[in-house]
Amino acid sequence: MNVLNECRFDLVAISANEALARAALSAFLIPADPTAEELADLRTVISEAVTNAIVHGYRGAETPGRVTVLMRMLPERTFYLRVTDKGCGIPDVSKAMEPLWTSAPQEERAGLGFAIMQSFTDTLHVRTAPGRGTVLTMRRRLGTTHAAP
Amino acid sequence: MQIRYDTETACLVVRLDYEIDHHSATLLRADIDAAIYAHLPRTLVLDLADVAFMDSSGIGLIMGRYKILSPLGGEIVLRDPAPHIAQILRFAGMERLARITRSAPKEVV
Repeated sequence: MNVLNECRFDLVAISANEALARAALSAFLIPADPTAEELADLRTVISEAVTNAIVHGYRGAETPGRVTVLMRMLPERTFYLRVTDKGCGIPDVSKAMEPLWTSAPQEERAGLGFAIMQSFTDTLHVRTAPGRGTVLTMRRRLGTTHAAP
Repeated sequence: MQIRYDTETACLVVRLDYEIDHHSATLLRADIDAAIYAHLPRTLVLDLADVAFMDSSGIGLIMGRYKILSPLGGEIVLRDPAPHIAQILRFAGMERLARITRSAPKEVV
């Protein structure tokens, strides 16, 4: 993989860090000159991914775990995002990806996290193992640059 | 966030701001519900004009308030979402649960 730029960090899995993940994504992506829509889409994507790790991955954990975020800029303006947790894993991935299905209706989860991530990226891969965690890998190719000539 | 209740129209107006995610939605929910149960409004207006970001946790927040208000005969109005927030609302099919409205553009004096 020919990596043009890369940024990797661990977050403590507490909800206050959802905003921090979005801010980091903005800072990483802005030099690539995304459109306002691309930036808004990808901010939503990282927010959903990190929230899933915190809300579902580390559900009931005694001490907050860590969420690892890896962002890469690849050739042809392809943005790569990987979000990893070492939490409980997803027992049934196809169920989890059904729009409006949620394992936590009592917490007012809308069940749209995966649907939004899928819709706002070009590819989404889920690797998960019970009791070992989940790795989400996504790619989104940005439009050609619209910088002033 | 600002909450205002208009007795005459039985309308509860919640002016949301900043970013609505899982973290902030948890905090907003308690305050909004306290006002709902205090006034039992006919209409709950969620003013989104000053909201810069919203993800599916915001959708969960709206769905939860709908579940409280709907049995009471109340309705929800989502007012002035920014384009990328309107996109999330459409994606989630929120127009089936709520009225999405736009204020008339302000007169330029």
